[in-house]
Amino acid sequence: MSAIIAPSRSLALSRRRPLTERAAEALLRVAAGVGVLTTFGIVAVLAVETFGFFREVNPIDFFTGTVWSASIKPYAWGILPLAVGTLLVAAIALVVAIPFGLLSAILLAEYASPRVRDVVKPVLETIAGIPTIVLGFFALYFLAPNVLQPLLGRDVIGTFSALSGGLVVGLLVTPLIASISEDALRAVPRGMREGAYAMGATRFEVVRSVVVPAALSGIMASIILAMSRAIGETMAVVLAVGTNPQLTLDPTESIQTMTAFIVQISLGDTSQGSIQFKALFAVAAVLFTMTLALNLLSNRIVSRFRTGYG
Amino acid sequence: MSIASASRTAPPFEPTLVRRRVAGTAFAGLAVAAISVLLLALALLLYDVLSRGLPWLDADFLSGVPSRRPERAGILPALVGSMQIAVIVGALAFPVGIAAAIYMSEYSPDGRLSRILRTNISNLSGVPSVIYGIFGLALFVRLAGLGFTLLAGALTLTLLILPVVIIASIEAMKAVPDSQREGAFALGATRWQMVRRAVLPAAAPGIMTGIILAMARAIGETAPLVLVGAFTFVTFLPDPFQGGYTALPIQVYQWAQRPQADFQSISAAAIIVVLALMLVLNGLALVIRARLSRNIQW
Repeated sequence: MSAIIAPSRSLALSRRRPLTERAAEALLRVAAGVGVLTTFGIVAVLAVETFGFFREVNPIDFFTGTVWSASIKPYAWGILPLAVGTLLVAAIALVVAIPFGLLSAILLAEYASPRVRDVVKPVLETIAGIPTIVLGFFALYFLAPNVLQPLLGRDVIGTFSALSGGLVVGLLVTPLIASISEDALRAVPRGMREGAYAMGATRFEVVRSVVVPAALSGIMASIILAMSRAIGETMAVVLAVGTNPQLTLDPTESIQTMTAFIVQISLGDTSQGSIQFKALFAVAAVLFTMTLALNLLSNRIVSRFRTGYG
Repeated sequence: MSIASASRTAPPFEPTLVRRRVAGTAFAGLAVAAISVLLLALALLLYDVLSRGLPWLDADFLSGVPSRRPERAGILPALVGSMQIAVIVGALAFPVGIAAAIYMSEYSPDGRLSRILRTNISNLSGVPSVIYGIFGLALFVRLAGLGFTLLAGALTLTLLILPVVIIASIEAMKAVPDSQREGAFALGATRWQMVRRAVLPAAAPGIMTGIILAMARAIGETAPLVLVGAFTFVTFLPDPFQGGYTALPIQVYQWAQRPQADFQSISAAAIIVVLALMLVLNGLALVIRARLSRNIQW
């Protein structure tokens, strides 16, 4: 589209454009630069403080240590308990969100009538709009005591657990998978479906063997994006999983995630320049790197699938 | 993936029609069940919050200040704080977000620069909100010397929602047909005149909707505000430029952490207030959208 209307210097009648024109463009350019500055700012802030942290803590101990103790002496700065806790919650979330999100997407894109879709889709998207602290409240005061403990037994699972945190984060990212996957399913050309029908396939066979494989890259992108969201999710996890950084893969245990640590440490009286303050930035740097890598991967896949069908 | 490879990897169609139809029905049933579970979870969440919070939600609660005794506690400072934050965030994100979107959609030629700008915005929208909180702590609270003030919180949330506003505005401008732009140019308009008279009025409904929805999101954000110091016991109305402040989701968090059941109930009551506020903003977005798009025809 923009080939016709792209600004063209050579066509301008006079080289000097009116002052308002130049002022407007300059101002707009500054505004567009705010985003770039934000990115550089975030990277710079995280890098500087993390560097300061690594002057006091050996990076190898940080990345391979299995004990994290930030507020009780002796301090220990091994990030593995926090990182594994984060991945455990994200994994539980995806185990919930992938089937529920994909089934919803397929139902809305392939089966539902437009009237049903117009009602169900906004309601599903409401879930994504709920403040995440509310989901944390739901996990702590409804899901854990009224569902998980009666189901699994009070001696098996406590008030705080990776499971209850993972389940609400799963609920939170399900609409994300549903919405992006639905777009990907809808982008599959009609002719492909009709071709399959013409060969005698049932609707389910068309979905399973033609539409879903064709939309697979979009579906993958949505799952990676959901994983990134789950890793960065904070308030739902803070209330649900507890404040117990331990290295475990048992979902019924109380743990701590990277985001939950960041919130916990900033609630206390942490003075600038203290080791805790620097640890905050080091953990944030790890979190930022993980989510950025996942987002870039997802973007790459999406830009591929957009050019798939003309 | 091409059609050929899709059918090659697929198993051959089942020869028995009955079995194939049963499989299809079972799958559709499964999908309906999945979506029902999701809707049920949403209903349960709302029911749980409403049944706990509604009995506590009265005029005294809305006009009172936090207290150590749950029956006397109120949320006025948090409510006012959240509203002030929403207004400041809207007032800042509105001009900056639209201007950035105009540049990226109407000025920057398709090239490396615009690709970098676009990739950057989409990456920023994926940065966890707690990271923005840390950035705000370093930039606004410490470096700029604003301290733990409401203004520092609002600025942090502005940066957080800016990518959302920009993406929504670009989408709205993309939806304006090129014929509108060409018509303006043909009449001798400069680029800025074209943007101001042709693109912006036509894109206004989408842009306004995007900004209001972003304000609603700012009201619900908690983690960044924890980092820039909203987590304080505040019994007075906040001054944006000095002193402590609090916001609705922070109040929800504080009360939710208390072991006493009554505090959990007023936490739920505060949740109802947050959700109501977000609902009002969403309704406002619908109304504005309907109003502004009435004049647009092409």
